[in-house]
Amino acid sequence: MNTLLEVSGVSVSFDGFRAINNLSFQIGPQELRAVIGPNGAGKTTFMDIVTGKTRPDEGRVTYGERSQSLLKMSESEIARAGVGRKFQRPTVFEDQSVADNLMMALKKDRGPFAVLAFRPSRADEARVEELAGEIGLAAALHRKAGELSHGQKQWLEIGMLLAQDPQLLLVDEPAAGMTVSEREHTTDILVEAAKTRAVVVVEHDMEFVRRLGCKVTVLHEGSVLAEGSIDHVTSDGKVIEVYLGR
Amino acid sequence: MADVTLSPGRRTPLALRYPSVMIFLACLALFTLGVTVLAEGFGIGVISTSFVKTLGKTLCLCLVALAMDLVWGYCGILSLGHMAFFGLGGYAIGMWLMYARTEIIVAESLANQPLPPTPEEISQGIATQIFGVVGSSEFPPIWAFAHSLPLQLAAVVLVPGLLALVFGWLAFRSRVTGVYLSILTQAMTLALSLYLFQNDSGLRGNNGLSGLQNLPGLDHVPQSTVSIWFLWASAFALGAGYVLCAWVVSGKFGSVIRAIRDDEARVRFLGYPVEVYKLFIFTLTAVIAGIAGALYYPQAGIINPAEIAPIASIYLAVWVAIGGRGRLYGAVIGAAFVSLLSTWFTGGQAPDVNLGFYTIEWVNWWTVLLGLSFVAVTLFAPKGIGGLVDLIVDRRSPDRHGADLGPDEGALREKEAER
Repeated sequence: MNTLLEVSGVSVSFDGFRAINNLSFQIGPQELRAVIGPNGAGKTTFMDIVTGKTRPDEGRVTYGERSQSLLKMSESEIARAGVGRKFQRPTVFEDQSVADNLMMALKKDRGPFAVLAFRPSRADEARVEELAGEIGLAAALHRKAGELSHGQKQWLEIGMLLAQDPQLLLVDEPAAGMTVSEREHTTDILVEAAKTRAVVVVEHDMEFVRRLGCKVTVLHEGSVLAEGSIDHVTSDGKVIEVYLGR
Repeated sequence: MADVTLSPGRRTPLALRYPSVMIFLACLALFTLGVTVLAEGFGIGVISTSFVKTLGKTLCLCLVALAMDLVWGYCGILSLGHMAFFGLGGYAIGMWLMYARTEIIVAESLANQPLPPTPEEISQGIATQIFGVVGSSEFPPIWAFAHSLPLQLAAVVLVPGLLALVFGWLAFRSRVTGVYLSILTQAMTLALSLYLFQNDSGLRGNNGLSGLQNLPGLDHVPQSTVSIWFLWASAFALGAGYVLCAWVVSGKFGSVIRAIRDDEARVRFLGYPVEVYKLFIFTLTAVIAGIAGALYYPQAGIINPAEIAPIASIYLAVWVAIGGRGRLYGAVIGAAFVSLLSTWFTGGQAPDVNLGFYTIEWVNWWTVLLGLSFVAVTLFAPKGIGGLVDLIVDRRSPDRHGADLGPDEGALREKEAER
């Protein structure tokens, strides 16, 4: 199978605690995948490793058509290579407008001199307006991001990720703190995004994962416990024991 | 909504898009014109030459405050070492001023001799004149370019720029941030100052460079005229620096550096090389500081290592904080207001306050007053004097319910952003 991201035999410990233990994981170029697991299963650490925030003690992480290793790259290099990440807590730049936030995320040359000389073209502005429409913030383009509601900030961050146009999208608990209708909208955005790229969603909420209708990877104590459809993993005895049958 | 355009007037000229820049330039032009008319050099002579120099120096301090605001208020790097770059700019121009003027004096005194002096004799004479005070009569290697104005002017930009580039590269690459970076910059300026205090540093130790107010070959021009020239040059540099800073912070670059200030880690995940941006801003502001210093010290007349003591850079941060960080005019207002007030208090012009049991002499108590106002501004009016503008101009700001705007230590606090 064609893979976009391959994590193999990765382990990492913090002060003797093994957060990730010989984890292996693969995802194809146009795939939606949900990662579930109890607290402390290593979901966030897994994302930290892929995005370069944490260096693993051992193992390999390769990405892209040329299977380049991500372990030697800095966070910003990995992001430029096409890995986008959404944090659990919405992190947008609160002192700046929605339009500025999106414009900053738009896929462009990231070098300081190019950015200094950058003036948005009509196409860039149209793209930002289109993205704002997609995330339901068209009317809030000139409002400061800090004024938005929690759910709107979550969407703004998803919009910024889409603006980055990543090949691999890592999304940490996108539906946290959202109302039912907001959740449905978020599901639609993610399913739509996964048609053209790989999307990994870390989520606690089983109902949300069920609605995504994709392959599920269950993490437990830093390694993969089970993998398959939602019905397959929820009927797995080990999974019920550690996760569902608490 | 179709009627919400992304950027109202993004195609309009710079002047209309940034009214504050135009207002600032107009004020600066009016001020310069006013001083010129009132001063002795070309005008009616109401303002004394020494006060013109004070005003000219204040403009240079405003320029370095602008640099401080760019690096701290916009990019979140609390550098407590920018006066080192200011001092280096002053030393670079001071070397040429001192060399060229001494050269003329030495050549004149040797001209009366029966035999015309050789170039070696002239060079020897200059060295004795300049370094006699530190017991030397030879040029140290760093004076190799002192004879050339273009080279020393290049040094005004290159020396602070290179120092900032190397220092910044080492510090940012190791991801030193927040208070640790501030301490590191203090250490840098302290080390530089202590080094220059030594007689064998080649810059005349604690004597520093003096007589810088005399322009070589222009002895016939009175100081009242020279002071106006420097006022114009300083005003021009401040205006140009303001436009440059406004340009840097206006577009996407400004967005990125403010984002770095508020949440550096998040900017990395957007793919921006944060360290490169910080280095860019740090170096650019060091160059601006160097230019400001090169204009300041010929007006001050003397530069010595005490000028780049750590306290100088702390004052710089205090000016920007009192003026209001994160807005360019705030830095200018803060620097002008506090430094002029400081001149008034420490110049002995402020009347002493007799409390009966104790007399408050402002020369001594001014620093205490300044310290107290700094604490008061930080606690009760974090937006500084510039915040008063928001009372007139309705500036929207996010409601954060008490949380800071970002997790980084340089991040703007909610109080600074709220109306």
